[in-house]
Amino acid sequence: MSLNTVADETDIKARNQQIITDVLQAYPEKFGKRREKHLGTFEEGKPDCGVKSNIKSIPGVMTIRGCAYAGSKGVVWGPIKDMIHISHGPVGCGQYSWAARRNYYIGTTGVDSFVTMQFTSDFQEKDIVFGGDKKLAKIMDEIQELFPLNKGITVQSECPIGLIGDDIEAVSKAKSKEYGGKTIVPVRCEGFRGVSQSLGHHLANDTIRDFVFNKLDGKDNGFVGTPYDVAIIGDYNIGGDAWSSRILLEEMGLRVISQWSGDGTIAELEATPKAKLNVLHCYRSMNYISRHMEEKYGIPWVEYNFFGPSKIEESLRAIAGHFDDKIKEGAERVIAKYKALTQAVIDKYKPRLAGKKVMLFVGGLRPRHVIGAYEDLGMEVVGTGYEFGHNDDYQRTTHYIKDGTLIYDDVTGFEFEKFVEKVQPDLVGSGIKEKYVFQKMGVPFRQMHSWDYSGPYHGYDGFAIFARDMDMAINSPVWALTKTPWKKAK
Amino acid sequence: MAALRQIAFYGKGGIGKSTTSQNTLAALADLGQKILIVGCDPKADSTRLILHAKAQDSILSLAASMGSVEDLELEQVMKVGYKNIRCVESGGPEPGVGCAGRGVITSINFLEENGAYEGVDYVSYDVLGDVVCGGFAMPIRENKAQEIYIVMSGEMMAMYAANNIAKGILKYANSGGVRLGGLICNERQTDKELELSDALAKRLGTTLIHFVPRDNIVQHAELRRMTVLEYAPNSKQAEEYRTLATKIHNNIGKGIIPTPITMDELEELLMEFGVMNAVDESQVGLTAAELAAKAAA
Repeated sequence: MSLNTVADETDIKARNQQIITDVLQAYPEKFGKRREKHLGTFEEGKPDCGVKSNIKSIPGVMTIRGCAYAGSKGVVWGPIKDMIHISHGPVGCGQYSWAARRNYYIGTTGVDSFVTMQFTSDFQEKDIVFGGDKKLAKIMDEIQELFPLNKGITVQSECPIGLIGDDIEAVSKAKSKEYGGKTIVPVRCEGFRGVSQSLGHHLANDTIRDFVFNKLDGKDNGFVGTPYDVAIIGDYNIGGDAWSSRILLEEMGLRVISQWSGDGTIAELEATPKAKLNVLHCYRSMNYISRHMEEKYGIPWVEYNFFGPSKIEESLRAIAGHFDDKIKEGAERVIAKYKALTQAVIDKYKPRLAGKKVMLFVGGLRPRHVIGAYEDLGMEVVGTGYEFGHNDDYQRTTHYIKDGTLIYDDVTGFEFEKFVEKVQPDLVGSGIKEKYVFQKMGVPFRQMHSWDYSGPYHGYDGFAIFARDMDMAINSPVWALTKTPWKKAK
Repeated sequence: MAALRQIAFYGKGGIGKSTTSQNTLAALADLGQKILIVGCDPKADSTRLILHAKAQDSILSLAASMGSVEDLELEQVMKVGYKNIRCVESGGPEPGVGCAGRGVITSINFLEENGAYEGVDYVSYDVLGDVVCGGFAMPIRENKAQEIYIVMSGEMMAMYAANNIAKGILKYANSGGVRLGGLICNERQTDKELELSDALAKRLGTTLIHFVPRDNIVQHAELRRMTVLEYAPNSKQAEEYRTLATKIHNNIGKGIIPTPITMDELEELLMEFGVMNAVDESQVGLTAAELAAKAAA
């Protein structure tokens, strides 16, 4: 179904430019000028993708972005399993983020783990008018009584907290003292702050620094280190991603002393400053704290990519490069060990998927990181864009994409639909809001936030599942059955 | 019965809004009007002279103790005082916490939904100091107060506040129907107070509806938690409030859309009356030492 007739890159660039021009024409002039800066075609050799990013979305465009609360509660803090995260404010924010983002964890929910539970202060009129600090204190008392095995509490601020000037820092400090120095973290992640969830990641990172790390200063927590200690940063264990990543590091001889934040614990957060190397998966959401640990504790950090065997190999070697020969040999051993499995996957699926074109629109690291996995299967990513990426994401993207790739930052509902209509990819990877739009257009689709309730996709094990899922979407017989009844068959 | 008339008193904090409004409303009650006073100040002291009480249970404090405002009955918050004047206080949080503005919105919605405005001729809102946020502008939105009376004096800050309030009224006059009824000068015995107040009123496009002279009898009455109208009905001051009440009563439909003036214009006006000296621009921002050095040079 692809327009494979487009011969070379020059033609593709001209076509993409035409598509962008067509789309922009539909907008009022002022709005078109603003959106124009976010759309482009990648020119090989340029330092970034040539688009503006991290700018306020325009109302009415069906942006795919979230808010600062989503960034803190949904991404950074929410998956820390042995802490209780209070959605502080009216009930909706907590209600609609309940059960998290399939951040898998091991533990007994309600006893020692709390990720899929919802704790909210359920603000009413009187809490707005009279302030919610007393209620917050009471909630903390109730949490202590009902869930005595919780290891800490965070306060995830919803919008009204910042509007009415509640002093959540004072409440947290007082309660922490009352409970013998318990870690209680107030997070000022009110949804109206910033342009997307990205600021929420940053604010949440800062609170890890201020309320977890700084507390450890001058204290010996009895941690006994080894030369091979690493921390996994920025893996949210969606569908078990962190587990299929962690085993590879362990098999090559490293000791994973902590995992953030998927299936993570407060003890792991506290142990992280003892790591020899921080390995960072989601750069966008966790680069802040990684940089901080580099400055304060001298811990180097390395970005890695565990989507698809090519990138896994590269990443394992890059990580091993920070260690001695024992680990370097370990990395080669791991790569060799999974060769057969990987080859079997490629042999099975590549013939079914080769040449298929993909368009992506997701958040975090995936608009670039998954490209290698598609390419391992012989597929081609012809368009990509970030929900809430910054320019440093677009710089990093240049290492992944081909000349002429269509780039769309903070894409609007209209643009995305038109782009797909004109480019006619064989697969679109985005979120739940986009899924049915494209499926109704007859375009195979996979959710790439939640792995469409599948996964894991990270690591060698994840690649097998990834390949199967993409094949399932694209080669499903259902697409041959969709006919437009008002058109005669050719 | 005539259509319900809704008015509101605004003005700088401490200017005597509550005293002026309660005395005036007491005089209106003497004229046979049925009145409801809605106090919109977290201090909840807008009705004490009518009720002879320190403070009445406010809508918000009762709602908070009962769970929510939906649990509240009108009878629990409405008290009846002098000449059957009905009194409610919105109330609000202690200083420094929560959102008093939201409290005003909640309270007024509660009163409307529960029929507090039925069977009265006048609803009067007594609102704190300045229109600091949307909540305190609630009484001047559409279908609330039709006329605003600004209580002021010849002091500079009171005049600033009056002009600012006029700006707030202007905003809502275009979207809703609110009008400026006039200025009420509560005498502070500053220089050329009457003339200055009158001049400001003209600049705002309105009138100085009444100049209330200063009289210690107001304090005497207040110490007894009474209006002058009740404490000393035959006094000269009681007559002043009666005059003001009559003027307000006859001012129906005569409100105007104000023409607030700029800061510069206001300062010019004050200079014109000798209340403020012209600022020597060459000296602005200079320390004493710098000025001395400049003089020596």
